[in-house]
Parts: sequence; structure tokens; C-alpha cells
Amino acid sequence: MTEVLSASHRLEYSYRRSVGPVLGRFLGGLREGRIEGIRARNGRVLVPPQEYDPVTAEPLHEWVPVGSGGVVVSWAWIAEPLPRQPLQRPFAWALVMLDGADTALLHAVDAGDAAAMRTGMRVRVRWRSERTGDIRDIECFVPE
Amino acid sequence: MSGEPVRSIETPISLEYRYTPGQASSRFLRAAAEGRLVGQRCPVCGKVYIPPRGSCPTDGVPTEEEVELADRGVVTTFCVVNVPFVGHAIEMPYVAASIQLDGADIAFQHLIQEVPADQVTIGMRVEAVWRPPEEWVPSLENIRHFRPITGR
Repeated sequence: MTEVLSASHRLEYSYRRSVGPVLGRFLGGLREGRIEGIRARNGRVLVPPQEYDPVTAEPLHEWVPVGSGGVVVSWAWIAEPLPRQPLQRPFAWALVMLDGADTALLHAVDAGDAAAMRTGMRVRVRWRSERTGDIRDIECFVPE
Repeated sequence: MSGEPVRSIETPISLEYRYTPGQASSRFLRAAAEGRLVGQRCPVCGKVYIPPRGSCPTDGVPTEEEVELADRGVVTTFCVVNVPFVGHAIEMPYVAASIQLDGADIAFQHLIQEVPADQVTIGMRVEAVWRPPEEWVPSLENIRHFRPITGR
């Protein structure tokens, strides 16, 4: 029997992805510290915005500013963050319904401890100091 | 009103893991660290596989007999690469080829160098150019590249 070898290996692809006109404007807003949704045909405000109505498939154009605070509608605690996750200390992935929005945005909540998390809690954006037009311009959400 | 819209974003995908090649490939890689190329022969069909995977994909039996092969063979197919990618150190264009060593029944992929890309042909005889022995590790990268066998 041969002792089996073992080595660390990294498989990596560096994609550049076109975001399209709608997410492009959304991300441009994040760079300036503002969050915008888009109004669907039934009046609901979609955040993040979508190019086409999820029901009627019509193109959407009406932009709506939304708040930088909101409510956690669901969450999962990450006790051991992986490399490149938004925070390198325990955090929650959460669906956050921003004030004025009718859909929830997936992002991280820096709550310190799972005991500080609950569905329905209010959270607020912590902006990154140097913003580039990326979802990571929102560093995370923090409890209000 | 929004600022200048964003046109594109970087979305790198990366996967880090420990690779364990198994018994057969470990034997192959340890031999490679000594500058030897060791394949395995199927006891049923007699085919020699290099790098060996420990069993014959046709007959489904273990391949335990080891066969040391010469570091020369033939180009079975090749590709001229003109498009660089991130982290690339080789000069363009370069040739990636399937090389079947003498005595082997399958080819593996390696680089062809020391010849202009447009002069590489299927059927060309090539030999390995090894790194200096003090740089040898358990890897096929001990062979820097293959080059045409000329005038010998």
C-alpha cells in the first residue's frame, strides 16, 4: 500500500458579468449610498429591482426610492463564516424588507450573537466607506 | 435620479479543497518525483494507462502491474492557444497537446514548446524536457514541457 498523497487545491474562475440597465442603475445608486426599487404593474415595489414584471412580463420603468432601514423577514445564523462571505465573524444571512419595499433583499446582519436575531427585528444598512457600485457597498445590516 | 449606472461587476467563483489522488495516482506521482513515468497495465485487455487510475475503465478490474514508460511519445491531437487568461505566465501562442507515450494506450495533456506553434502536427514525435532534479515534486509539472525529437 502506498501512502496516499494529499494537497490543497484551488479552482477559481474570475468572471466579469454584465448587469444590464436595471441592476446597473440599482448598483450605481448603492455607490452613492441610496437604494432604489422598481414598481411592478400591481404596485408592489421590488428590491432588488427587476427588469421585467414577474407576473405580466412587461418591462418596468418606475423607480422608487426606499429606506435604508427595514425588517428581517427570515434569517439563518452562520457560526463559521467562509472566506469571501460578507463578514469574517459569526453573522446572519437575512431577508430584509426595506421600508417602502414589498420584496426582501438577501444580505448579512452583523448581530454579534444568534440570540440577538429574531424575525421581525428592525435593521439598518451599514454602508462601506469606499463604494464601487456593487452589492458589497452595503457592508451589512446592523440591528437598529 | 441615480448616478452613472454600473455596466458590469466581477463575480469570482472559487473552490478550495484538499485533493487526494488515491492509491494509483499517488504511486504515479511519487515515481514522478523521482523522474520516472509509471503507468499500470490491465490484466485483461493489456492496455497501459498513464496516469493510472487504479482500474481499467473497459474491464472494470484493478490494474496492479506497473509499467515504467519512456519520457517520449507522439502528439495525438493539439490545440494552439491564443487567448490568455488570468494568472497566465506562458507566452502566446502556445500549444497544449495530447501526448501518448511509447508503450501507453492513452494520452495525457501537456505543453509543446521549442517549436513554432504552426509547425506542430498530429503524429509529431516529442520528448519530455524535465525541470532540474532538485525542483522535482510529486507532480507531472516536473516535466516543463515536451519538444520535438529532432535529428536523433
